[in-house]
Amino acid sequence: MQQRRSLLSIPASLLFLLPAGVFVFIFIILPFFWIAAVSFTNRTLTGRTAVDPEYVGLANYLRLFDPDRFLRSGEFGASLVITGQFVFFSAIVGQVLLGLLLAWFFFNRKGWVRETVQTLAILAWIMPDVVVAFAWFAFLDRDAGTLNQILSTLGIGKPDWLINLPLVSVIIFNTWRGTAFSMLLFTSAFGSIPPSHLETAAVAGANTWQRLRDIILPLIRTHIITDLILITLWTFNTFTPFLLTGGGPAFQTELVSIFTYRTAFKFFRFGQGSAVGMIMMLINLVFAIFYLFLLRRQQVKL
Amino acid sequence: MRLVRYTLARIVFYVTASLFASFFTLPLLWLAFAPFNEKAALSVTVPDSPSLANFGQVFKNTFAVRALFQNSAIQALGAMLIVTLFATLAAYALSRANIRGKDLISYGLVLFSSVVTGTAAMVPIFLLIFRLGLINTHLGVILVFSGGLLPAAIFIMRDFVDSIPRSYEESALVAGASPWRIFMDIAVPIVRPGMMVVAVWAFVNVWGGFLIPFILLRSPEKMPAAVAIYSFYTEAGTPIITLTAAYSLLYTIPVLILYLFVNWRYGFRFFGGIKS
Amino acid sequence: MASVTFEGVSKHFGSVKAVHDVSFSISDGEFVCLLGPSGCGKTTTLRLIAGLEQATSGRIDIGDREVTYLNPKDRDIGMVFQDYALYPHMTIADNITYPLKVRGLGAAARRKRAEEVATSLQIANLLDRRPGQISGGQQQRTSVARAVVHKPQVFLFDEPLSNLDAKLRLEARSFLKHLQQELGVTAIYVTHDQAEAMALADRIAVMEGGRVVQMGPPLEVYRQPATTFVANFLGSPPMNLLRVRLELTKQQAMLVGETFRLQLPQISERLKGVVSEGEALIAGLRPEHLHMANDSDSWSIAGEVYAIEPLGPEALVTLKVGDSLVTARIFGDEPPKANVGEKAYLLFEPERLHLFKASGERIP
Repeated sequence: MQQRRSLLSIPASLLFLLPAGVFVFIFIILPFFWIAAVSFTNRTLTGRTAVDPEYVGLANYLRLFDPDRFLRSGEFGASLVITGQFVFFSAIVGQVLLGLLLAWFFFNRKGWVRETVQTLAILAWIMPDVVVAFAWFAFLDRDAGTLNQILSTLGIGKPDWLINLPLVSVIIFNTWRGTAFSMLLFTSAFGSIPPSHLETAAVAGANTWQRLRDIILPLIRTHIITDLILITLWTFNTFTPFLLTGGGPAFQTELVSIFTYRTAFKFFRFGQGSAVGMIMMLINLVFAIFYLFLLRRQQVKL
Repeated sequence: MRLVRYTLARIVFYVTASLFASFFTLPLLWLAFAPFNEKAALSVTVPDSPSLANFGQVFKNTFAVRALFQNSAIQALGAMLIVTLFATLAAYALSRANIRGKDLISYGLVLFSSVVTGTAAMVPIFLLIFRLGLINTHLGVILVFSGGLLPAAIFIMRDFVDSIPRSYEESALVAGASPWRIFMDIAVPIVRPGMMVVAVWAFVNVWGGFLIPFILLRSPEKMPAAVAIYSFYTEAGTPIITLTAAYSLLYTIPVLILYLFVNWRYGFRFFGGIKS
Repeated sequence: MASVTFEGVSKHFGSVKAVHDVSFSISDGEFVCLLGPSGCGKTTTLRLIAGLEQATSGRIDIGDREVTYLNPKDRDIGMVFQDYALYPHMTIADNITYPLKVRGLGAAARRKRAEEVATSLQIANLLDRRPGQISGGQQQRTSVARAVVHKPQVFLFDEPLSNLDAKLRLEARSFLKHLQQELGVTAIYVTHDQAEAMALADRIAVMEGGRVVQMGPPLEVYRQPATTFVANFLGSPPMNLLRVRLELTKQQAMLVGETFRLQLPQISERLKGVVSEGEALIAGLRPEHLHMANDSDSWSIAGEVYAIEPLGPEALVTLKVGDSLVTARIFGDEPPKANVGEKAYLLFEPERLHLFKASGERIP
């Protein structure tokens, strides 16, 4: 394809980009470097070190990775392990798989059933954080909660979800909360598959499962990777479970986002909090680069 | 035989669909009934005599009411305006100008912004707003939300702008229009649906966001509904269930209305976009 | 009204030479078609005139002004786009008068002019509709109306008929020809359809690989194609091109093909000094200059019947001659009766024979 003349000259386009550029610079680029700087100091909110923080080198990092306490409950390492489980089960297994399943289930179907289920999923996704947290608080209540009422009717018993199974609870909660995004993305991806591809496969005698495996999934590979990138990053950084469990009980649901919050804003140790934030960003970066690498390889193949 | 198979397939379809539906509905059932039940507890019970008494109580809490109708509204609308306007401008430039590496930059920023607006950057964001003297102001909250939402908003808008045939603008160029004129006369009216989608998306995000106002605001008069809802807690730290439920519903209604509006007007879906 | 002149104009996109060293001059009021296959540089040439592309080198003049580096708006042109580029959110009237609005004309004056132009283009009753509510043909007229509304010096057309169905296309073609003659405005028209170019143009410029290979009145280009490319591009079905070898003796010239030998008596004059004994040449024969014969003749080519396609007033008869196919247009109400595989002969008039060098260049 020929490169067409641009419809907007470079100076004009820079003017168009300026307002958004300023925002992006101040609120996205700058914090990244700022956090790096602060993470090497003992900055706090109040007191002498708020005005005149000292350079402490790697002290904040060394403390996070102190092997004696790294994996102890309520420490950074334990929080990373919890976050890893949370991301794997609620993002990759939960949201992406369930979203794919939903999109596939309603693929080529129309009508009120599809509309209803999709609307319900979207509602769960767009409602305010605190509202869904309350709803789930009620839903999971040991004695009166809807879930246990159903379970006890079925004779399964009444676990105290938020006390005994807190991590399982926030995983199910987060799956419920975010599946709509993947569902919508995959629905749109399925819509972009030319019907003739599937008809050809159907005529050739492929069954539903074979069509999914041989035709649909390969065609939407890039969508899947894009979805995985975004969902992983969002889940890794989400703070919403805090509203349901506060990170507890006994730090059992303390995701790194909550750990950062506790370090930085409960105790106002900004230097320490920044070091955590810095490591979070680096982990995010590794995710993003890994997925981008996959995406590039897929596109070369295609 | 064929009839049996067909019936069986229908049954499997409906059963599966109801399972999906229950998964998404059950946690919200409580929210549908409790607000109208004067004696609501944490269980789902259809009230014997539905009443609006809970809402009456909620409206007596002037602090919470102002949080909802004033603070949340100011913050969400403010960020919505900034995001929609600036994202449209930037998306237009990125789509129409030959800038080297623009695709990689915009995609990278989307990824990066989901990192920064998450929780990792809480500290520098706080320090930044502190330095700017915007702690405990609506503006501070609006700016931080806008900065975080812009990259993704630009990404969404790109899709809409890219779908405008270049010949529209070329014919306007030949007709003698300036770039700004072309943007206003041709591009903006055509991408208006996209601007609506971005506006609603930004609004809903800010409206429901908890962490940023929670960190950046101090005084109760500035708090949005997301934070003010905790004023329905007793001093012991447990929620007054009836009022919390009623307030939650009130707080959710704008989101529902916007969703219904977008769904009715444009159909709630992804517009081709998010290719890769 | 104005002339348009190209002097050594090139446009390179990176390493791709879309337009290469093109020079021509179009006089005031002339209708010129740029004809060629996709990727030949015809659209880029048009966009260079419009100012939608900037030339890499060379000079472009409109009238007595150099416009090489001017913006589109300063060139005083009207352009019709392939997809019409009508703005979906504006009424037909607003679409037509957009160039006037940009020039700061008031609403009342715009409305008046819209009615004038729309009346002459027979779309006056559509002024308050939107592009989505009118037919393809009407959209095409609207787009023409927008191009003429500010009385530009030069009209540019970028394949304006290619989005119409076959029947409408003929109608619109006559209409465009009529309109251009009525307005007397210089027009440059890009197309890949040779029939359109033949029908409309005062002169045709045939483009290949970013260069103009031949420019001249339609019939001249048709009758004396400068290269095998031009010969093949104009005419439907295209000219038959056959590989031959030249045998020159003192008295006569002989063309030797795979299955035939043709003697060229009186035209051997024109070959003297241009070609040499034993040289490989290409012989060109237009399908309409071939007739069916029952017997071999010194001016006939023998082959086996490959296909017969009756088209109504004529029939296409294709013979397999050696490894190549030769098509003839046979006029008459009754299509020739022959079976596939039967031996048949195609007869031609020697003065209609075109000869090209192996490189494709015409031998006069």
